[in-house]
Amino acid sequence: MSDPEKVLVPERTDDARAVKVRLAVVQDEERATVERTDEPECMSFPHLVLREWIAFLALSLGLVVLSLLVNAPLEEMANPEKTPNPSKAPWYFLGLQELLHYYPPLVAGVLLPGFVVLSLIVVPYFDINLRREAIWRGRSLPGALKVLIVTALISLFFIFSAAHPVWPIVVPTIFVGLLMALPAALGQRPAVLHWLATRSLPFYIFLWFLIVATALTAIGTLFRGPGWSFTLPWRDGIY
Amino acid sequence: MSFLQRSRLFRSIVRHGLPDSVRNRALVTFTNFFLHIQPVKVRLRAMQFTRTFYLGGLSAACFFILVVTGVLLMFYYHPSVPRAYEDMKDLEFVVSSGVFLRNLHRWSAHAMVALVMLHMVRVFFAGAYRPPREFNWVIGVVLLLLTIGLSYTGYLLPWDQLAYWGVTVGTNMAAAVPVLGDQIRFLMLGGHGVNENALIRFYVLHCVVLPLALTVGIALHIWRVRKDGGLYLPPKG
Repeated sequence: MSDPEKVLVPERTDDARAVKVRLAVVQDEERATVERTDEPECMSFPHLVLREWIAFLALSLGLVVLSLLVNAPLEEMANPEKTPNPSKAPWYFLGLQELLHYYPPLVAGVLLPGFVVLSLIVVPYFDINLRREAIWRGRSLPGALKVLIVTALISLFFIFSAAHPVWPIVVPTIFVGLLMALPAALGQRPAVLHWLATRSLPFYIFLWFLIVATALTAIGTLFRGPGWSFTLPWRDGIY
Repeated sequence: MSFLQRSRLFRSIVRHGLPDSVRNRALVTFTNFFLHIQPVKVRLRAMQFTRTFYLGGLSAACFFILVVTGVLLMFYYHPSVPRAYEDMKDLEFVVSSGVFLRNLHRWSAHAMVALVMLHMVRVFFAGAYRPPREFNWVIGVVLLLLTIGLSYTGYLLPWDQLAYWGVTVGTNMAAAVPVLGDQIRFLMLGGHGVNENALIRFYVLHCVVLPLALTVGIALHIWRVRKDGGLYLPPKG
């Protein structure tokens, strides 16, 4: 470029052979989604690989010790004539089995779990307040009231739609509803309230689901005995 | 050591020197089939223990332990009635370390279900499910379902009262599906109740179909994490 007489003149033609000098523009190598970073980094080997290896060994050690100390359950041979009371599914299904106590199998065994799986799948495509903008800007009493009304309606639904009031759903519903309404009612002065106000709607829905699922599973696992009656694990043992 | 390193055999397997330089350390990750799923360099923020609690990696580690112990258990197991239950008793009283083997498989299975669930919770609260990673979240949900499916199909195999009635309760729920319920249950069990047909179905699903599906799923899951720029880290500032 030191010679000022040579000037590049772009030429337009359909015949590529007619062009004597061709200029190719090559884009700098870049991944579509990976951004270059100037953050401090370290080599995966040995730093990360070593940590992973230690984590694997710790897990293995824990499981080996557990396996040496506690035997996997084995009862008598399967007998279709003899139904144990209570018959329980493995622990990760006991939340659903606990729901069977309140709702008919179509609701507890098909509709609700189907709804949960569907919700989990669509959660990232569910574009409400996804970018963590504050739900409440300053105080918004009508907003808080709206949330509390929705909470009350959902709670009433779960109290009256079932054979017995579904407390493991109702209590978390009220709890999460209050969390959502608090910053709107009280403002965002303490940092905790600001934090609550800036959570996304999917955050609250997931939190609600998590508490409900944990409560149902814990009750089904620890607090249910013969005939699915309520028992206390420290008094009656775990069935 | 250096003699070994310079040998033709060694150089044909490992094509770089000792990992004593940055270049060679990069080559360790880069040229090793098992390590290449990881980037050569990681950001320090991604290395913090509390960032991930290693939950995804430990789920995969559980799967590895389960495959190893599961293959060993398969040497001693016949998926037929009443032989399946007798094999459990043989594991207990005849096979060397049989009880330990079964315990390790059982507890690793429970640990895997719990770890996968915790991994999902961690990923959600980190916000890592959001674009552009939304489809990897969907794959993750499928992996959770496969894990539960693996655990549940394995639950029947000992053919004891716990297994039999646990599976009866679960498949009765499937029968509640409107219109197709009974057909779905028939498809799952190969009959109208939990019997020998159900055992062989659950066995094949447990030992072949679901582990293969899970392996492919895990590969896809990790591959997409890499393509999306590695571990999700919240933007700084």
